[in-house]
Amino acid sequence: MITISGKSVFGGVAIGKLLFYQRNDKVIKRTHVDDVDAEWKRFQEAKDTAVAQLKGLYNKALDDVGEANAMIFEIHQMMLEDLDYLESIENIIRTQEVNAEFAVATTADNFAKMFAAMDDAYMQGRAADVKDVSERVLDILCGVNVGFKEMTEPCIIAADDLAPSETVQLDKSKVLGFATMYGSSNSHTAILARTMNIPAVISLGEDLTQKYSGRDAIIDGFTGTLYIDPDEETMKEMQEKRAKDLEQKALLEQLKGKENVTKSGQKINVYANIGNVSDLGAVLKNDAGGIGLFRSEFLYLENTDFPTEEQQFAVYKQVAESMAGKKVIIRTLDIGADKQVDYFGLDKEENPALGYRAIRICLTRPEIFKTQLRALYRAAVYGNISVMFPMIISVSEVLRIKEIIAEVKGELKNEGIPYKEDVELGIMIETPASVMVSRDLAKEVDFFSVGTNDLTQYTLAIDRQNSKLDEFYDPHHPAVLAMIRMAAESAHAEGAWIGICGELGADLELTEEFLKMGLDELSVSPSMVLPLRKRIRECE
Amino acid sequence: MKKFKYVITDPEGIHARPAGILVKQAAGYQSAVKIAKGDKSADAKRIFGVMGLGVKTGEEVTVTVEGADEDTAIAELEKFFKENL
Repeated sequence: MITISGKSVFGGVAIGKLLFYQRNDKVIKRTHVDDVDAEWKRFQEAKDTAVAQLKGLYNKALDDVGEANAMIFEIHQMMLEDLDYLESIENIIRTQEVNAEFAVATTADNFAKMFAAMDDAYMQGRAADVKDVSERVLDILCGVNVGFKEMTEPCIIAADDLAPSETVQLDKSKVLGFATMYGSSNSHTAILARTMNIPAVISLGEDLTQKYSGRDAIIDGFTGTLYIDPDEETMKEMQEKRAKDLEQKALLEQLKGKENVTKSGQKINVYANIGNVSDLGAVLKNDAGGIGLFRSEFLYLENTDFPTEEQQFAVYKQVAESMAGKKVIIRTLDIGADKQVDYFGLDKEENPALGYRAIRICLTRPEIFKTQLRALYRAAVYGNISVMFPMIISVSEVLRIKEIIAEVKGELKNEGIPYKEDVELGIMIETPASVMVSRDLAKEVDFFSVGTNDLTQYTLAIDRQNSKLDEFYDPHHPAVLAMIRMAAESAHAEGAWIGICGELGADLELTEEFLKMGLDELSVSPSMVLPLRKRIRECE
Repeated sequence: MKKFKYVITDPEGIHARPAGILVKQAAGYQSAVKIAKGDKSADAKRIFGVMGLGVKTGEEVTVTVEGADEDTAIAELEKFFKENL
């Protein structure tokens, strides 16, 4: 068995034969033509055919992946009809008296070079679009058939990389998954794979070679692994993983697009909790209405030094953009207690759960806090970001946070850096103190999110790691439920909304109770979104 | 000839998609439509030219319109820039 690791683009398991995509290698020769008018006409006919094909692809993509993603094929049409592009081709044909193929290849090269030379990574990437559209015209001129005509049974498609047009024109019923040597997770192909729900792994590198074409293979899109000639054990494990995934997808099909509404018509938002960018796929797959808790700690835990503003900005922007306008609640850093990071240089504490952690670090070391806030306010331009602060016990903390935010916004403004002015702000309700002063807190913020794990621990004075205390521990303790009810009443009295982002939110035995309290949102792990939706729909 | 200046606010600048809709808009006029950034200028009806300017957010462009329908074109284009770019 051969195991190759790459980057996951879309989760899911695909099992089948590997088929290596072979592009028709065209050798473009420069040949002399006498009748340049006829040659120009031959090019124009090929170009018209290409534009018509792109129109077809646009319509197909419109159905498969939506207008925003389909737009690329409209841009491709414009490129083929661009006067600079056409004039260059006509010029080469007429002045050099050469064949259309040579004129197209030369022009494509020149335009691709222009993009490649630009000082902007996005524009540099557009060189691939110029080549993609020009290849299409060349294929028509040369009379070759592109694509996977030889595909008779469903296969896992392997390739060096796939152009968007190559991806979208595949017969979806014959594609089990994608495995590519190169490509980035932001490429059009990756985005299309995600929207087409096809397990895909990219950046497998040069270990993936054509010699594996026709061999048995498995893509594990969850871990980003490609297995070739899998052994019995792996095959069995992957078949089970696939069955479980399909079961989940069947549940999704039933509930996808359905509202989180009770029989009597009460609605509640169901969002997902995530701890890393890699969880985004699961959020979208499970049809969560938004992200109710994005733990920003991984940025700090996975680093050997403080993550820079740019590093953080890139991550927040990606999450906001991937959620396409749906709410994304990002919690500022919650380091301390059980989450320790060496470079913070924190002292050892007698009682870390009651110690120097979360917002207490942020307010005493504002340079760390400000870097994160700058990144958040900048990223908020790209989507629907809300910011939430952990471990709050008093109104004065919220006022200090707001002062720091005002400073950050002032600095961004002076530097001429785009940021969002009015970001929705909320706090975690996870200390009994915050519940007791919740009416005053609710006047200062837009929303509450109850962190039931810590709230339970602090309310019951029980360390959940200590198994000796199990007989005293009751997750449904009336004191905890009373805390949540009180916070909800305070929030609603002051026009704020309230949700739960702790484990209790996914406790299906309490769903009915939470609905009665009038909670506005429950945020749970992605795999719990659909079971919870099912439960809500069963409630009166 | 009519012209206006505009500072791009789209965070992505004039990347492929906005360039595409700009070209579509400009192509609807009889008049010649030019877009310039600094000393570089491009025909707004040509996508490669518009993308080639590499206009980023916060940068100022000058749009010039000349031709029979320049009055309508300039008004509509100015509105278009404000709404889309």
